[in-house]
Amino acid sequence: MRVTATSDLVGHEARNRDAGPVIEATGLRHTFRSRRGNVDAVAGIDLRVEAREIFGFLGPNGAGKTTTLRMLSTLLPPTGGEARVAGHDLVREPRRVRESIGYVGQQNGADRQVTGRTELEFQGTLYGMGRSAARRRAAELLATLDLEEVADRNTGTYSGGQRRRLDIGLGLIHGPRLLFLDEPTSGLDPQGRARLWDEVRRLREGGMTIFLTTHYLDEADALCDRLAIIDHGRIVAEGTPDELKRQIAGDAVTLGVGGDVQVALDLLAGQPFVREASVDGGAIRLYVDRGETALPALLRVLTEAGIELRTTSLARPSLDDVFLRQTGRSLREQAAPAPDWARWVGR
Amino acid sequence: MGRPLSRGEEVVVRAFRDTWLVFRRYLGMTVRNPAWIVIGMLQPLLYLFLFAPLLKSVASIRGFPAGGAYNVFVPGLVIQLGAFGAAFVGFTLIAELRAGVVERMRVTPVSRIALLLGRALRDILVLVVESLLLVLLALPFGLSIHPSGLAVILALQALIGLLMASLSYTLALVLRDEGQLAGVLTTATLPLLLLSGVLLPLSLAPDWLQTVADFNPLSYAVDAARAVFNDHLTDVSVLKGVVILAVLAAGSVVLAARSFNRAIA
Repeated sequence: MRVTATSDLVGHEARNRDAGPVIEATGLRHTFRSRRGNVDAVAGIDLRVEAREIFGFLGPNGAGKTTTLRMLSTLLPPTGGEARVAGHDLVREPRRVRESIGYVGQQNGADRQVTGRTELEFQGTLYGMGRSAARRRAAELLATLDLEEVADRNTGTYSGGQRRRLDIGLGLIHGPRLLFLDEPTSGLDPQGRARLWDEVRRLREGGMTIFLTTHYLDEADALCDRLAIIDHGRIVAEGTPDELKRQIAGDAVTLGVGGDVQVALDLLAGQPFVREASVDGGAIRLYVDRGETALPALLRVLTEAGIELRTTSLARPSLDDVFLRQTGRSLREQAAPAPDWARWVGR
Repeated sequence: MGRPLSRGEEVVVRAFRDTWLVFRRYLGMTVRNPAWIVIGMLQPLLYLFLFAPLLKSVASIRGFPAGGAYNVFVPGLVIQLGAFGAAFVGFTLIAELRAGVVERMRVTPVSRIALLLGRALRDILVLVVESLLLVLLALPFGLSIHPSGLAVILALQALIGLLMASLSYTLALVLRDEGQLAGVLTTATLPLLLLSGVLLPLSLAPDWLQTVADFNPLSYAVDAARAVFNDHLTDVSVLKGVVILAVLAAGSVVLAARSFNRAIA
């Protein structure tokens, strides 16, 4: 079941391509000129996104996420730097780039007075597909995105989730090798978000690379293989969610032991993977590099020394801790979506 | 036969194909919602029924061109329909820009000029159909026109439509705001209308007014249309009108295509 659905969504174009970086950018920059001076929306960023990964761009509103996405998808010419997207030069071969990528913006790209099916078929022909090929592909996507029931209704009647899925269908119609998603789950209810995450993971399983922006910490954490944290147009941290969190201070392990706490503490503090050890209210608190591998090792050390282990807990730093350390601000406080006008002013 | 297309040829072939695709999309939307055609015709028809009869008594005064009230007035009305029918198409573009529809098309490899020309062709077709209906509806009032003249009028109308639609789209792309677009259009259209000789022929105007009107390209279109309706197809004013409008239309297409290419930033 799953495999069929995957191949339907991805289309034949996306598979069997060489591995290697799908996005390579150096010093990519966009400066907006205005009467009050120039604003560096994106102040020179380096990026490398490998094939078949879900790469996330995490940052507050106005950090430069959308501007970067629009540059990488040829919608906005960079004012500096260079980039290769899907193996083609962004500035010199925009047409080749467009053929290889799908892009789903924050707004709904479908006209409210047109049916979902018509929109998908039209989009297919814009990518150079013949009419019958476009028709087949549209029907396929409508089925996999669970839109068959509303396919012949005007998109103005769709629910938020249906519209978002149609948007994604519009970006997938030509079976791109790279898909850009700008704040894909913003405005969706929890079920809609979970469903979209599943959809994105299935696409990756099918061989697609996904580049998405988000200001949701949990989304970046749960969905992305790797992410870059961006603030004021600069990348302030980059890595897998786990790597980023590990930069902070390591994982916190709390152990409740029977017997002499001090003996256990001395024993554990001597282990090479323990960075910091202390006693906190009768329990032992350790900071370790990798909690998930440290725990079994700690357990073994204690067992060998004949010390009884009563309770354990493992706490990991969140991405918000990472953001806080890099920028001095919490992302959580700024997670509210910007008003509509901010998009227009911000650009 | 069988020779592979050069890069330049490929671009042109693609531009034609894409223009056709975009044209079909927008034509389909018009066909599904034909009320707009009726609404577009309402104003010229009101002029035809409620204003043209007034001209019957004016037609005999000195300075009024030959041909009778309807053969003088209806050509102007046709040009007015062409100029102002297409002037407001920018509003639909602003709505689409805001909804992300244009962006979603721009991210495909579609030919950039096709996004403009496809839409403009639909606008032109609507105008030509409306103009044809207007002329046919005016025939019972005493209007007369030769079929070849009608063809010239419709061709002229297509040029005007292309000019005004391109300008309207350019303004929409620059302003991106319905309120501002409405302001610019209403400010610009009234003097254009008054200085075109649509309502009353400029031959009635004092010299200074005629001189000012010489700068209004629409006045040449109106002159050309009147000559055509009077069966003076070879009159120099016809050639002058067509050439002036063709040049302006070409210029406005270049302008709009550049905005389409660059805009949305």
